[in-house]
Amino acid sequence: MIEGILLGVTTAFSPVNILMVVGGCLIGTFIGMLPGLGPMSIIAIMIPIAITIGDPSAALILLAGVYYGAIFGGSTSSILINAPGVSSTVATSFDGFPLASQGKAGKALTIAAIASFAGGTFGAILLMIFAPALVTVALLFHSAEYFALMVVGLSAIAAFAGSGQIAKALMMALLGLIMATVGEGVLFNLPRFTMGIQDFQTGFGFITLAMAMFALPEAIFLVLDPKRSQKKTNGSSEIKELRISKREAKLIAPVIGRQSIQGFLIGVLPGAGATISSFLGYAVERNIAGKEEQKEFGKGSIKGLAAPECANNAAVTGSFVPLLTLGIPGSGTTAILLGALIALNVAPGPRLMIDNPSIFWAVIISMYLGNVILLILNLPLIPYIAKVLSVPRNYLIPFILFFTLMGAYIGQNNATELLILTGMGVIATALRMAGYPLAPVLIGFILGSMLEDNFARSMQLYDGPAFIIERPMTLALLAIAVILIILPSLRARRAEKAGKDSTKG
Amino acid sequence: MGLDRYIALIFLVVCAIYGYTAFFTMDQGLAPIMQRNPIWPSTFPKVLSVLGILVGLWIALGFEKSRDTAKVEIDYRKLTEYKTGQAVLLMALMVAYALILRPAGFLISTTVFIVTATAILGERKWFLMFFIAILASVIVWYLVDGVLGVYMRPLPGVFLQGF
Repeated sequence: MIEGILLGVTTAFSPVNILMVVGGCLIGTFIGMLPGLGPMSIIAIMIPIAITIGDPSAALILLAGVYYGAIFGGSTSSILINAPGVSSTVATSFDGFPLASQGKAGKALTIAAIASFAGGTFGAILLMIFAPALVTVALLFHSAEYFALMVVGLSAIAAFAGSGQIAKALMMALLGLIMATVGEGVLFNLPRFTMGIQDFQTGFGFITLAMAMFALPEAIFLVLDPKRSQKKTNGSSEIKELRISKREAKLIAPVIGRQSIQGFLIGVLPGAGATISSFLGYAVERNIAGKEEQKEFGKGSIKGLAAPECANNAAVTGSFVPLLTLGIPGSGTTAILLGALIALNVAPGPRLMIDNPSIFWAVIISMYLGNVILLILNLPLIPYIAKVLSVPRNYLIPFILFFTLMGAYIGQNNATELLILTGMGVIATALRMAGYPLAPVLIGFILGSMLEDNFARSMQLYDGPAFIIERPMTLALLAIAVILIILPSLRARRAEKAGKDSTKG
Repeated sequence: MGLDRYIALIFLVVCAIYGYTAFFTMDQGLAPIMQRNPIWPSTFPKVLSVLGILVGLWIALGFEKSRDTAKVEIDYRKLTEYKTGQAVLLMALMVAYALILRPAGFLISTTVFIVTATAILGERKWFLMFFIAILASVIVWYLVDGVLGVYMRPLPGVFLQGF
């Protein structure tokens, strides 16, 4: 492991890669602050740039930096103007905005930055311990287990990401899988489902899909409802007094300790991620706080601010565990990162650590670096970066639309792609209005070809679907997948029934 | 019936067509040697179409409760209360951009796109709008073409003859 760390340090500390982290964090913070652009959209926009860099470590470091920066930027806008740019920082605004309203915006930002830093750093340490251990196990897996594992991943995403609407999340994952079968597959060298359209021969572009699923619906929502980007500031959010006292530091230290571990573990689970961990972190800390402290929650408690901030950053790091060790993304964002890796000809999975140790370790080391940069570089710059919040909506939206178009165009260099983007964007907006979660589409799409590949290989090895029964591990994993889908649906139905009974009685 | 169930119905139709292709038309051209293989190009799509139809039916028949309308970000039943016209115009503008990008070149089409989009949103400071649009399109063109190395024709072909 020490060898790996050293390799990571030398790679991550090369001048180019340091530039990537700094640049990534700054760009991420800038755009993450804007209402409506979440980390997924930002990373999707950045992918063509990352791919052009060519060096996979540098590209992944840049994208990871953007990811951190975006979450940090999201918490900044949550605190300053009560408009979380990212869903994972909604919990931050519960106590962050009241603090800013009391004229303590500077203090709130510092607490958020320190909590994020600590969460991210603890997370990176846990990742360093967890990932190699998981890789050793994962190397024992065959294609049958991989297939089953991906099925588990997809059903976990449906179970956790659908917020109770499992069938809808499942339908979206299936839509992604179906879309992945369009075009000429590697497996058969045969174009499938192209409907005779030449442009579908190569299949759908994943950047186009990412833009259409996340950036475009968000932009359309901003157009539809101008209130979404309105600022709720009450004039007192001027940023000064960045320092925190010793007493405050003592107060938040145990919160940070608890939430880094809890956040990380939730982040590892597919489908859970930063949003759930931040809400859960906030709820847990409120419940275990003393009675007097409990009253402060929601009115500017520093514990209530530190908890979600620490938890969401730890979860972001945790979400890298399945990505780096199994090659299975647990969230929309890591799915986009996986797509970028594939585009850079890096085969994700347990062999990544063995075949490309420099990428694996450089990403982990760059996480520390990214956290340090967010703390020492971004925090003092926040008053200036916050100016981006004053960009008028009339200029902001055309540029969001333009960057989505550019992202899709640069990726494929094809104007038809822009028509596909617009069409799919409109469909995605309708889906979102109807309450369908969109991340499973992208995850299904990216996992699709790998899932089919492993399925086909197992079918060939066992001359049919017998592998499901003959390999106990595969069977167990598939059983888990079924339980993951059925259990929450049963529980939801029971709760609904109980609710009906109580209203009758 | 809510929008979610209508969408599930459309998804059902898509899955039915997809499944029909996988079950009945795809294997016709399969080489005899491939037919001995336990897995065909149509195997995985067949599984997907069956699962898709099951899930689609589940939602379309209303077994899954629709989401509480109070929690919805944009209520599609009240689309007239939102700026729907602007959104539709902007989408049309994106389609127009896709169509004119090649013939008109990057600089002209992008400037027109940004100015028109800001105008649709209600901005009327024409000088500022043109200034920002031209500046942005030149900077982005330089970054994409010069720095990233992705070729984009800056101006219509007529102006570039001889280059």
